[in-house]
Amino acid sequence: MKTSRSLHPPTRVRVHTLPVRLTHWVNVYAMACMFMSGWAIYNASPIFGFTFPEWATLGGWLGAATIWHFAVMWLLVANGLVYLLAGIFNGHLRRDLLSVSVADVRHDLGAALRMRLGHRIGHYNAVQKAMYLGVLLLGLLLVLSGLAIWKPVQLQELTALFGGFAAARVVHFVAMAGIGLFVVVHLVMVLLVPRTLPPMITGRASLHSTGERHDA
Amino acid sequence: MPERKKTKLVLEPAQRTALVNTQRRLLLRGGLSLGGLAMLSGCNLQDGDTFDKVLWAMSRWNDKVQAWLFNQDKLAPTYSASEITKPFPFNAFYPEYNVPEIDLSDYQLEVSGMVADKKPWTLENLRRLPQASQITRLICIEGWSAIGQWGGVPLKTFLQHIGADLSARYVGFKCADRYYSSIDMATALHPQTILALDFGGEALPPDFGNPLRLRVPTKLGFKNPKHIMAIFVTNTYPGGYWEDQGYNWFSGI
Repeated sequence: MKTSRSLHPPTRVRVHTLPVRLTHWVNVYAMACMFMSGWAIYNASPIFGFTFPEWATLGGWLGAATIWHFAVMWLLVANGLVYLLAGIFNGHLRRDLLSVSVADVRHDLGAALRMRLGHRIGHYNAVQKAMYLGVLLLGLLLVLSGLAIWKPVQLQELTALFGGFAAARVVHFVAMAGIGLFVVVHLVMVLLVPRTLPPMITGRASLHSTGERHDA
Repeated sequence: MPERKKTKLVLEPAQRTALVNTQRRLLLRGGLSLGGLAMLSGCNLQDGDTFDKVLWAMSRWNDKVQAWLFNQDKLAPTYSASEITKPFPFNAFYPEYNVPEIDLSDYQLEVSGMVADKKPWTLENLRRLPQASQITRLICIEGWSAIGQWGGVPLKTFLQHIGADLSARYVGFKCADRYYSSIDMATALHPQTILALDFGGEALPPDFGNPLRLRVPTKLGFKNPKHIMAIFVTNTYPGGYWEDQGYNWFSGI
């Protein structure tokens, strides 16, 4: 039997607001530049016993890499501020991210590891909330440790908080690695649930595709 | 069969050189990095294309932000003698065996530009000026850092002695090894900016810039020129060896 579904266009729901989508894609560009120029700078004086392959770096030489890094940092910080301000004013942060409890995370993480956690479009599960909050905090740590490295005299109190210039470099690296790990997990998740990608571009998803919800 | 007329372009020698250079540059750019390709350019600050111009403009903007952030009263952290890095790393744009040999017997520091007294200075005369000493951290743009002890004449004292126009914008330095650099006047007048004659309590050794180097602990290492032969005060942007290739000019820390 034909249902009325074929007569009416499928109901579209809004999944991501414009500020979230805009800052998400600006962030992709800014983070790629920061990662790759940062790796080039790291290579000039490696902290650990390895360097990054040259094809993964940006600038071609140390001077250009530093200029890239200090140019794109403004884009990254401005983008972060737009995201935070919009998120505070439209309630995205409070509603979608801060509304998470440890018990929820434990429950959803268990379900996710047993591959039993479904995805409801437009709704963050507790693991997602924890991941997104975590990466925001790592981003803050990355900016603060970056400032400590950039201005170890003018902002020496901040640098001292990180345990000095050399220690701040290590913190900066570790925060970068943490965010890098997030990016890898994030991309794997998109590959596992590819229908989450279009809404990050158009902002909307059809209700049909939100149908399969097996999360309790 | 009539021979086809040769239409091959004959290049002047200068044109040929330009072509070869362009080919080289394209090759270099193509091989630069996936990073460069992903950003739709091989921006390396050397090509003069639009992306490069944006990067240079951002660097000039960062000069302004840093000048604004610079606090003349904020002193760089100092350390105890036991914290001095030994051995202190050698660093230059050439290997250690190319360090210039300078004849100290006829050394004279030249002074020029917006100053009242342009008479050259001998090392003895420099040592007669009030001296200052510091144990501070030198931070290289590469990311490593090392603590050392430097002693010499505060640059402010020297500039006052030669009657420099302290409202000028730049103080520039020319070195014996083709190196050159320049700093903003605010940094030149900072109490820890010194014309160093000593390193570790003894006259500067060749590796660390004999007989005279700039020690400015509020800037990155490459803004501390060694083997200084001439100082000038100017309102015309003097640039620097690395700065002209793309290192950020202000490079305050």
